[in-house]
Amino acid sequence: MSNHIRPNGPKPSRLTPERIGIYVFLIAAALFFLLPLFVMLATSLKTMDEVRLGQIFELPRQFDIGAWSTAWSGACQGIECVGVRSGFWNSVKITVPAVTLSVFLGALNGYALSFWRSSSSRILFALLMAGGLIPYQIFLYPLVRIMANLELYNSLAGIVLVHVIFGLPLVTLLFRNYFVNIPEELCRAARVDGAGFWRIFFEIMLPLSTPMIVVASLFQFTGIWNDFLLGLVFAGRDNLPMTVQLNNIVNTTMGERAYNVNMAATILTALVPLAIYFFSGRWFVRGIAAGAVKG
Amino acid sequence: METSISIRDLKIGYGTHTVIERLSLDIAVGEFLVLLGPSGCGKSTLLNTIAGFNEASEGEVWISGRNVTWEEPKDRGIGMVFQSYALYPHMTVRKNLSFGLRVAGVSKDEIASRVEKTAALLHLENLLERRPAQLSGGQRQRVAIGRALVREVSVFLFDEPLSNLDAKLRNELRVEIKKLHQQLGNTMIYVTHDQVEALTLADRIAVMRQGRIMQLGAPKEIYYRPANRYVAGFIGSPAMNFIDGEVTVGNGAPFFRSKDLLVDLSAYQFSAEPKPCPATLGFRPEHLVSGGAAAKLPTIPGIVSVVEPMGTDTVVWFDWSGENLSYRVMDDVALNPGDSIKPGLAIAKASLFGADGARL
Repeated sequence: MSNHIRPNGPKPSRLTPERIGIYVFLIAAALFFLLPLFVMLATSLKTMDEVRLGQIFELPRQFDIGAWSTAWSGACQGIECVGVRSGFWNSVKITVPAVTLSVFLGALNGYALSFWRSSSSRILFALLMAGGLIPYQIFLYPLVRIMANLELYNSLAGIVLVHVIFGLPLVTLLFRNYFVNIPEELCRAARVDGAGFWRIFFEIMLPLSTPMIVVASLFQFTGIWNDFLLGLVFAGRDNLPMTVQLNNIVNTTMGERAYNVNMAATILTALVPLAIYFFSGRWFVRGIAAGAVKG
Repeated sequence: METSISIRDLKIGYGTHTVIERLSLDIAVGEFLVLLGPSGCGKSTLLNTIAGFNEASEGEVWISGRNVTWEEPKDRGIGMVFQSYALYPHMTVRKNLSFGLRVAGVSKDEIASRVEKTAALLHLENLLERRPAQLSGGQRQRVAIGRALVREVSVFLFDEPLSNLDAKLRNELRVEIKKLHQQLGNTMIYVTHDQVEALTLADRIAVMRQGRIMQLGAPKEIYYRPANRYVAGFIGSPAMNFIDGEVTVGNGAPFFRSKDLLVDLSAYQFSAEPKPCPATLGFRPEHLVSGGAAAKLPTIPGIVSVVEPMGTDTVVWFDWSGENLSYRVMDDVALNPGDSIKPGLAIAKASLFGADGARL
């Protein structure tokens, strides 16, 4: 019994070469994907003089937030020099109602399709899913015509409506699959208790689906905030979202390109969904993992 | 007899598939009726149709003298307890109990007093502020029962309420449900596949198979005088022993013959004049006796294959001409595999079934 170790208690963890390899790879991958962000951040904090040196991986010699304030309120798109600020508010005005409406309607759809099945609900669901699978560029022209006929083209209501329509298939699918895991007996118990379609939805199903509401809102928020094409086509000049304005700023060249301003404007535009991801990560995982609803 | 629930010529089907074909059933006020059958026999479908979750293809459902065939579940005057408890997970026990009353617009004072009363009845007083997730399975089911009780309706429907509980809790709650029925005197319909629940709880049992009621009767009748071979085989644990053979009539006295076994049937109560025909003899493990009681009875000799001590009694499995038969011995016996036994058959308690399965 010289070198023999008797197994007892927790198994000792050992750092094997495989494990080290995995960590090295993961760290390298993380660094690789973080690099562009670093370059953007560093560049946005440099003065143009420093940018001109072309050393993009260098840290700024002194932190200069001038580019950020220019990006926010002074950068030019074409002849207007007001920054992305108005675009930010436009995006808020588009995103908030569009997310609220599409999540609400999607939840309602999913609820109706899982608990109040009728003979036509399968067909309805299939059609809705088909709508979600077809690339939406195909719909652009007909939708423009429809919106024009409804006198909603180039209006805030119009762009919100378009986002709601395109968001519905995914949100409906999410909620339907969530509700399918809630025992039907719960709905039946509520019916015996006298609750109808709407009361069951508002008092039983919605409170139970908080994690899915968060996930769906997150999906919709990032999707709608990051949208470029629909905003460009449907929003109209006065309601252009931040992404479209960012594009205009980046593409406006008068004299030299203000890389630091462009970088700052880009980060500003990406900041909102990024922040939301960071703060709701816990919910996000919960919603994705929410399969088992144990009473 | 006043009827509480009346099912008249009910037919239930989905598309071309018929689950229940022409079923009629009357349930008296205050009766405890158990729908018993294997899964897929239509018992839950029947219950759900009574509750109003399924549409009847044909026929009528009457509850407390009203035709409720087209009524919503809430308007039928029923309370229901589900297998999965179906408690609202985000509400406290108190809110679970009061939800239905709140929907119905009952006044706050009334709600509070009814909830207190129900909670006291089911020993839930200390759990009122908890959520379902903080309760044990038995507690959850008690809350679910309370949610039905608090509605103060005349009819309660139970859909396999104890299936999700472990054996010990199941026994406890079974007794509680029986007590509750004795206390309240409401009409109850109880769906289960557990024959012990059926035999212990029911005033009457409806044994179902493939959408039809095979026998409707008191537990004793179902157990001791099964109407057909299906019911005989379904009820009882271990299952009834069956021996295939024939009924012969010699010198005016009926006999049952199978291989080398000849049983005098003069003590058997035939439901009609005995005629020679192929038949199956069915007898329960406790219908075999030994010792002095077996002296005047026909005997079935065999070799013991397995001995199962159950505590209160012992089940002895033995081999008779290639058939594996069971024999229940009430006292402790010193039998071992390989021993020869010769138990007597108490033929008066046995059952005979014809070729079509019906009782002779």
